[in-house]
Amino acid sequence: MKLTINGESRDSAAKDLATLWQEETAELGLSGPQGFAIALNGEVVRRAQWAETPLESGDTVEIIRAFSGG
Amino acid sequence: MAASENLVIAGVELASRLFIGTAGYPNQRIMVDAVEASGSDLVTLSLRRISLQGHGSDTARLLAGKRFLPNTAGCETARDAILTAELAREALGTNWIKVEVIGDRETLYPDVGELLEATRQLVDRGFVVLPYCNDDPVICARLADLGAAAVMPMGSLIGSGMGVANPANLELICARSPVPVIVDAGIGTASDAVIAMELGASGVLLNTAVAKADNPVQMARAMRHAVEAGYEARMAGRIPKRGRAEPSSPQLGLVGS
Repeated sequence: MKLTINGESRDSAAKDLATLWQEETAELGLSGPQGFAIALNGEVVRRAQWAETPLESGDTVEIIRAFSGG
Repeated sequence: MAASENLVIAGVELASRLFIGTAGYPNQRIMVDAVEASGSDLVTLSLRRISLQGHGSDTARLLAGKRFLPNTAGCETARDAILTAELAREALGTNWIKVEVIGDRETLYPDVGELLEATRQLVDRGFVVLPYCNDDPVICARLADLGAAAVMPMGSLIGSGMGVANPANLELICARSPVPVIVDAGIGTASDAVIAMELGASGVLLNTAVAKADNPVQMARAMRHAVEAGYEARMAGRIPKRGRAEPSSPQLGLVGS
């Protein structure tokens, strides 16, 4: 399934946002999703709904974190 | 002397009139120490894609306990700023947002049309909106009319260290604003912060002046004193300027007279 993840077109087998989140952050060694957020097709999906939010081919996903800023 | 009071924005009392940014420090230890030395309890953060690595990614965790003011820095449209604000609310659990919508990458000047639209929509969505804006009394008034909780006019260009470039404008804005005025951007050293506060600002937001100083922690301390000194001087009421000398010592009982 083709998804656009943070601006990059990629193949993913993730069926829902929770799975995609795990795949995308596996290498970051995180203790949890605090400080992160996801938008699907321009709308923020609350953390509690990630597991129930299915992904479809062509979806655009933004996965962001808080970062230092001015 | 008028009473000194804490700054209140959207019903929240803040312990300091200095807001400090968290980007561009030599390392995270110095960032945390500088924030501490500044006395600020409101720190700015950005939101970035997780693909961006680097030592800014653990800032929110390192500053747990501070009040966060996420920004929409880098956004060029109201649409992007609104999505960034919604992401910030979810990521950080705060409805406060510093709205920055940039119209020109070289000067980082705000795009006023997009900024007004973003402010209008974000207020509707329940955000406490603090827009970074031009030092223009009319734009500041429009933003307040739209429900901005404070207005944050530029002292001068972001990161320029040029201080308050147009003190007359800033004084006008401060005198007329129904909401707190926070001077955001352009502060270079302590005297710039003092001037902003003496002109009537309710607070100062700065980042580069501290982060890029030779000694960020010492500069953070200087900024803390500067904001306090400028505020106290403003409240105390300065003497008028005069063109002639006015002796301070008694003119009677002079030795040898």
